[in-house]
Amino acid sequence: MTDQGNVTLKQTPLDALHRERGGKMVPFTGYDMPVQYAGGIIAEHQHTRTQASLFDVSHMGQAILKGDDAASALETLVPGDIQDLGVGRTRYTLLTSEDGGILDDLMVTHQGSQLFLVVNAACKDQDFAHIQSRIGDRAGLEILEDKALIALQGPAAMDVYSRLAPAARHMMFMTAETLHVGDVPCLTTRSGYSGEDGYEISVAGEDAENLAQLLLGEAEVGLAGLGARDSLRLEAGLCLYGNDIDKTTTPIEAKLAWVIGKRRREEGGFPGAGIILEQLKTGTQRKRVGIKPDGKAPARAHTIIEDPDGNAIGEITSGGFGPTVGGPVAMGYVKSEFAKTDTPVNLMVRGKAHPAHVVKLPFVEHRYFNT
Amino acid sequence: MSVKYTKEHEWISTEGNTAIIGISDYAQEQLGEIVFVELPDVGKQLNKGSEAAVIESVKAASEIYAPASGEVTEYNADLDATPGQINDDATGTGWLYKISLSDADELNDLMDEDTYNGYVKGLG
Repeated sequence: MTDQGNVTLKQTPLDALHRERGGKMVPFTGYDMPVQYAGGIIAEHQHTRTQASLFDVSHMGQAILKGDDAASALETLVPGDIQDLGVGRTRYTLLTSEDGGILDDLMVTHQGSQLFLVVNAACKDQDFAHIQSRIGDRAGLEILEDKALIALQGPAAMDVYSRLAPAARHMMFMTAETLHVGDVPCLTTRSGYSGEDGYEISVAGEDAENLAQLLLGEAEVGLAGLGARDSLRLEAGLCLYGNDIDKTTTPIEAKLAWVIGKRRREEGGFPGAGIILEQLKTGTQRKRVGIKPDGKAPARAHTIIEDPDGNAIGEITSGGFGPTVGGPVAMGYVKSEFAKTDTPVNLMVRGKAHPAHVVKLPFVEHRYFNT
Repeated sequence: MSVKYTKEHEWISTEGNTAIIGISDYAQEQLGEIVFVELPDVGKQLNKGSEAAVIESVKAASEIYAPASGEVTEYNADLDATPGQINDDATGTGWLYKISLSDADELNDLMDEDTYNGYVKGLG
């Protein structure tokens, strides 16, 4: 363990590999994580868009929810349709609060006899405590402490992973299967956080380095760190919990109404359903939108957004340089009357108004494997 | 011509009354890939220690402070199209701006190159 002042950082099963390969390690949600490797964030980003990159996301929380009642029990905490989720299917959903805010976003996979959950690193302790306390003994929550999670992302991910696990080729976006690389079981979902095709692979911690080395042994694969992960997801218009969504934003404000299942819209029965379903009908005061600065200056999170008359109308929640776009990209919340595509706004960067426009998300089209 | 360094990792190269200012190689390495630079307008009066420029890397925005007082006479217009020049050549083509010094004595308490290199080493 590394001592960072008073905080003892945890290490993932791939820690030695990161250091060997020149990972620049930074403290992130209690873990020592690589923000980048020697090639730099832009090169890693571009490599992911053109080839394939391996990301260590073992800091994320993994758990199993067991029992005949697991799906309906989980539905008391999320607005997604979990009971109708087919075996081998994965769904993005949200843990909501009683006042309609978002406690976390997560992936739920139906494995037949159990549900497999992946939650954010920064929220995992609270999430698991929340789930456990709210569902009581309706289902058994088993936290998978010793699992690693490896994301393989990019247009070459299918070819690469299929060489090691041929069945990977036939998986559809947002499906799950336990594949085997040699005799190592790899719980694989065809999903990710880059906007590209790819897989997330849950594997025993002790097998993680071998699997990573096998993948990195393929010519198309490079390592990528948290820096590239962030610029990739921002260009893909995907929310980062803690920035773009949190306890103060509702799913409707965040333009995540699509996560609410049809049956759930009729029945409710999830925390904050009253507020959220009302907003679904009547709209919200503010909305999450894409923002493209007209110039070259990036606008970072917390930048104030003004209308052309100088009135504050919102705030940037994620912003930076988009390597594929070749310029600054951002997203944030604006008053709903300014949420229309092409609306001109000003971003207040260092006291100066920088012109920008509301744009459709994503900045870079998703290339998921749906056919 | 002499080059001096600040603890904030700027370099200032002087010839007579004119000074060229940039950031050190150590600084560019720390900042990471630079994607945008905001430079002071020609004619702007800078006071030592005041904010002179902003460098945005992929990771974050960093303020660059004036290592000496003076009037801005030129800025490096090439950096608008190719800010990465600072990463490639921080102490050469990646220079930021020029000033005419108002008080050359202000440079006396800055570090020479050897002292600066020792200072950077000490940062680990």
